[in-house]
Amino acid sequence: MKRSLLFIPGNNPSMIQNSIIFESDALIYDLEDAVSSSQKDAARLIVSEFIETSFGCKKEIIVRINAPDTPYYEEDLKQIVSYKLDTIMLPKATERTVRQLAIKLDEIEEKKKITKRIKIIPIVELAKSVLQIEKIAPLPRVSGILLGAEDLSLDMGIIRTKKGDEIQYIRSKLAVACKAFDIDAIDTPFTDVNDDEGLVEDTKRAKLLGMDAKSCIHPRQASIVNGVFSPSSLDIEYARKILLGYEEAQKVGLGVFSLEGKMIDKPIIERAIRVIAKAERYGL
Amino acid sequence: MKNSLNRFVPKGFKPFTHADHYKELDIPILKPNTNHKKIKEIGSLSEIIKKLKIEDGMTLSFHHHLRNGDYVLNSVLKEVFKSNVKDITIAPSSIFPVHEPLVEYIKSKQVTKIYTDYINGPVAQAIQEGHLEELLIMQTHGGRPRAIEHGDLVIDVAFIGASCVDRQGNASGKHGKSAFGSIGYAIPDALYAKVVVLVTDNLVDEHPSDYDIHGEFVDYIITMENIGDQQSIVSGTTMITKDPIGLKIAKDAAVVLDRLGLIKEGFSMQTGAGGVSLAVAKEIRTIMENRHITASFVSGGITGYFVTMLESHLVDKLYDVQCFDLWAVYSSSKNDDHITISASRYANAFNKEAVVNNLDIVILGATEIDVDFNVNVTTDSYGKIIGGSGGHADAANGAKLTVIVTQLVKTRIPIIKERVTTITTPGEDVDILITDRGIAINPRRLDLIEKLSKCNHLNIMTINELKDMAHKLTGVPRKLPQTDEVIGVVEYRDGTIIDSLFKPYKRKA
Repeated sequence: MKRSLLFIPGNNPSMIQNSIIFESDALIYDLEDAVSSSQKDAARLIVSEFIETSFGCKKEIIVRINAPDTPYYEEDLKQIVSYKLDTIMLPKATERTVRQLAIKLDEIEEKKKITKRIKIIPIVELAKSVLQIEKIAPLPRVSGILLGAEDLSLDMGIIRTKKGDEIQYIRSKLAVACKAFDIDAIDTPFTDVNDDEGLVEDTKRAKLLGMDAKSCIHPRQASIVNGVFSPSSLDIEYARKILLGYEEAQKVGLGVFSLEGKMIDKPIIERAIRVIAKAERYGL
Repeated sequence: MKNSLNRFVPKGFKPFTHADHYKELDIPILKPNTNHKKIKEIGSLSEIIKKLKIEDGMTLSFHHHLRNGDYVLNSVLKEVFKSNVKDITIAPSSIFPVHEPLVEYIKSKQVTKIYTDYINGPVAQAIQEGHLEELLIMQTHGGRPRAIEHGDLVIDVAFIGASCVDRQGNASGKHGKSAFGSIGYAIPDALYAKVVVLVTDNLVDEHPSDYDIHGEFVDYIITMENIGDQQSIVSGTTMITKDPIGLKIAKDAAVVLDRLGLIKEGFSMQTGAGGVSLAVAKEIRTIMENRHITASFVSGGITGYFVTMLESHLVDKLYDVQCFDLWAVYSSSKNDDHITISASRYANAFNKEAVVNNLDIVILGATEIDVDFNVNVTTDSYGKIIGGSGGHADAANGAKLTVIVTQLVKTRIPIIKERVTTITTPGEDVDILITDRGIAINPRRLDLIEKLSKCNHLNIMTINELKDMAHKLTGVPRKLPQTDEVIGVVEYRDGTIIDSLFKPYKRKA
């Protein structure tokens, strides 16, 4: 039930130190694109030390490791995986690399005696991966899929636009697959950090197509994204009315009832339950 | 002698007892001095200074509305000290780096005593090095007019820079090339000084009807080419912060105020200038717009942001004691509901109409805060003077709810201390501390603890827990040695001494 996931460059200690106070629901410490090859070692060390020693963080802790075809992948996993880590984000993911990662995690968890099960968020950023979304989504440990539209457009030889027509199909496909397997559909970041209105529009479009959350590349983006993915006060109020009505209906043995002239049935009740759960979780 | 907060008080000064002690007192207010020249004498700086016959031991006052762009204080003192006059006390409402020439007058003992509400830059440094003959008296913005009205600070000559003056002595800061808006800090000086001298670069035949100083209180008018650099009156930043940490603090502050039910029709508030304070104002504004709430007033230093709220009918009145930017300056002459108030009406504890005493909410900053919620905005953690109360202690005492907003750690220094280096505002006047990593409520405010502890999504903890959290990030700071050489005192708003200022300890090379 995440709304926002914030990328934090793995080689920026001050930003890492402040990361837990940012408004995103999850934090992605990045060892991949944000870190130049000469700083990979340092970033790995900084991120692993921070995760080990951080305290009081209630957010999901994710690390984006380097892709399996790079010389950094093995070492990233060796150093980063710990009992404090929640999720590995895997770049350039395919069905095969996600399966391999799951096996690797089995081994490391056993070796390090980590009792929790570390999750995986694969990044779909290759045309080949788009074709495999339905196969990636149900794989073990996969808790969500991130659309990486920048690299994907490069792979596709297409130009990214603010409106995002070029990724509409992929967003839809990813959202459907994630919904089908009950995992998070996570949207690509909006790269213009100074365009708040553009971010709102882009997030709304993603939400409309079924995305559950969006990744962010600046802390300021997180609150805007949270705003779009949060139920409004009117939504919450209406959901409360539905649940009250449902309670009353159940007392007299009814599964369907009428509220303000509209028929309320099971899907609407379930949506209301989700709205209230989200509102409670995020203190809305 | 020690005061009730266990702080040193030099001989001859009254120790602070508790924040509301003044409410038990009934000190008579002097009548304003109406014994002034009927026909105002107008002349150049040198002509008028000669006529004033300034003598050894006199007290001269100035205001700081032109802030770091002020030319008046330097120009006047340069002319005054062309004669061999010495042992002068000056009482500028604030002192900025632009006033550096004062350093030489201090070293040569021509200036031997200073009263001010805020001081930074080279003059602060010279005083701290021990060059001022007598103790520096740091007052609050409300404490200064109190001292003037009670006769504790007797001004022989008040030099009042004004951007628009007519030949009858009516004056304001609202018009002219050097307009600075409200002239509120100079109004007590105009009413009580023995001699009042206006200094202007814009002498007109008749001032528009919106003057703030009436000619009946004026004796002389000095004309000079420029009284200041208008561009330098801007205080802090007037842009809303984009720093995510500042925004987070601002958002939490607005949530706290909202959960306490304080953002309601007719409420009043004050915030400082600066990015985080303005971000709090923006968050409050959003709530107001969504719920169609109008505030009764905003007070203090006014920025353009509050002007937009006035013009959008989100606020009924702006009570302006000083303008923090040129947008506010422009508004002060255009909007009838943008009202200049004197420093006494703004913050004098003994003024029955003091605006700060009617505030519902004040949002303030802190350089340090300690586990008893005492706040320091006067010195840094090394004891170096970096500012002063201004209206901090006045507003904190007057408002129903005082909120301190600050980062928990600034440049690797934890803001929460066991004991602040200098007390500016007593902890009993501070209700809530909001930092980026958590919120602490003063244990005196059980009502607030009860209301806010039900909000699971506000990270509420004790101030000691917050301090420990900071120490986990930074380590426990080493205690710095302090000298026992007193160079000044910090007055609370009632004129009692809340703390002393010391010569800083010199580290060995």
